Amino acid sequence: MYSLRWRKFIDHSMTVLTALCALLVIGALVVILGYIVANGVRALNWSFLVNTPKPIGEPNSGIANAIVGTVILISLGALIGVPVGILAGVYLAEFGTHRFGNLLRFLIDTLTGVPSIVVGVFVWTIMVKPMGHFSALAGGVALAIMMTPIVARTTEEMIRLVPQNLREAALALGAPRWRVTIGVVLRTATSGVATGVMLAVARIAGETAPLLFTALGLNYLSTDLLHPMASLTFQIYYYAASPYDEWHAMAWAATLVLVGMILALNIAVKIFTRNRHA
Amino acid sequence: MLTGTNSKAAELQGSDKLPESVPPPNLSGTARGKWSRLGDPLFQTTTLFFALAIAGLVVLMMVEMALNSRLSFQKFGFSFIWRSIWDPVSGEFGALPFIYGTIISSLIALLIAVPVSLGVAIFLVEKAPRALSPPMLFLVQLLAAIPSVVYGLWGIFILAPLLRDQVYPRLQAALGFLPFFQGNQNGLGLLTAGLILSIMIVPIITAVTTDVLKAVPGTQREAALALGATKWEATRIVLQNARSGITGAIILGLGRAIGETMAVTMLIGNRPEISASLFAPSFTIASAIANEFTEATSDIYLQALIELGLILFLVTFLINALARLLVWSVTRGSRSAAHV
Repeated sequence: MYSLRWRKFIDHSMTVLTALCALLVIGALVVILGYIVANGVRALNWSFLVNTPKPIGEPNSGIANAIVGTVILISLGALIGVPVGILAGVYLAEFGTHRFGNLLRFLIDTLTGVPSIVVGVFVWTIMVKPMGHFSALAGGVALAIMMTPIVARTTEEMIRLVPQNLREAALALGAPRWRVTIGVVLRTATSGVATGVMLAVARIAGETAPLLFTALGLNYLSTDLLHPMASLTFQIYYYAASPYDEWHAMAWAATLVLVGMILALNIAVKIFTRNRHA
Repeated sequence: MLTGTNSKAAELQGSDKLPESVPPPNLSGTARGKWSRLGDPLFQTTTLFFALAIAGLVVLMMVEMALNSRLSFQKFGFSFIWRSIWDPVSGEFGALPFIYGTIISSLIALLIAVPVSLGVAIFLVEKAPRALSPPMLFLVQLLAAIPSVVYGLWGIFILAPLLRDQVYPRLQAALGFLPFFQGNQNGLGLLTAGLILSIMIVPIITAVTTDVLKAVPGTQREAALALGATKWEATRIVLQNARSGITGAIILGLGRAIGETMAVTMLIGNRPEISASLFAPSFTIASAIANEFTEATSDIYLQALIELGLILFLVTFLINALARLLVWSVTRGSRSAAHV
């Protein structure tokens, strides 16, 4: 048996050690964000946000096309992914209590773990190859595939939080089950579902791999869904891999814009959920 | 009275499927009764369709990728997995260099991320003040919100130069007698990719471990403390009981590391070679696809890449399945223990 003093020593050192782990991880976050801000603000200005990319050496180069492209691609992804995800989530929560429901839940969860590059390859085989060219539409479908499992599972969880007596009250009034689900249950869970959608959007906003062989990238402003489309993430990848310092600076500035967007979404969700639980 | 409430409810729901004046609920087969009897199965079928569609995607992915890689499969068969040649010019392909790079970079990532994540999770669940724990967990989760390509950018311009100039020369001086730390280094390679991966998988391992530790009943801690255990000794008992869930968390992290694409593509050096040195440039399955897919000129080249994608899909699918089952077993087991 170890002496009490030794056991207390181990106890204290473990507290210190685990606290150091936590500090290390949060420190890494601060360092990474610090570099993004420090390097990003140097190249970030208004003209950078409203101009399209120019050849090296020309002034007033910008990433307006990428910002517009990212917004369009995310909207496309959400337009397809959110309804599908919500309806699937409703099924899981309302009807998926048996073994079959568990199987579906399991498959949907594993879909969350499918690497995004694989989703890119898959969408290439079902859309880009038959159509013969890259397109924003294919990019949107790829992002939708990334989104649906997240939306489905958060919708399910939020619906489960709705009190049972609310359901019973509506049913007792003679409303059919489908109207209870849509009009009462889903409506009550709206804010929860909305936060789930926001989280899913934050996640797909940063995806590059599913867009590499679907939406590709484009050096000018375009809103044509059947043609390649620029995105912030692709632009960052493209600039970072280039040999030019000027483009590296643009990559950092684009990163600041992207990370700012994503963190804002995450923090908004956090504030949203805190208010709901309080 | 009942009618009034009902039509008010109908207004609230904004349904356009009902006539202007809603008759009172009637269970004896009026038009509305039929509607609701038809509506429920219809609703259930519709939602089932979408749930099936998402789940079916998993199967469809497998089939699509298998169909689109059959040229490569016919030519190389299962030897594709252990052939180490990757030569687009002569049309000879084998996945071994990529499998090697994927395994080694993921192992490096786990080696660093697992102890750190467990430390963070233990701190958050067992030690941190109640008020401090949620915001700290949120900060750790923010690491997962940073996009992969941003980690790549940070890695190329900040981490890799630092490692190249400061860390790797010292590592080589101290441990250069080992084959892992020999040869030239330029900051990009297996070790750098593994390091960035370790930062990227800390959030998922921490989050799942936190959940698992929280699922262990508090009575176990109290019992240990009551018997005179120190807090750490009580924590060790909690860890014991949560070990399959923690294993699940680690395997989930492994799944992430294996499939991670952009940051690795930017940092691993991209050369299909197997070298004992961790400084050497390498390739993972994911980074090979990302790097070469749009440049693949011949059919067999493209199909070999899609077959790589299929392998990656199958491996991550199995890993995720295993991990979910493990995590599930703990959270379910603890609930039943709590009932007892």
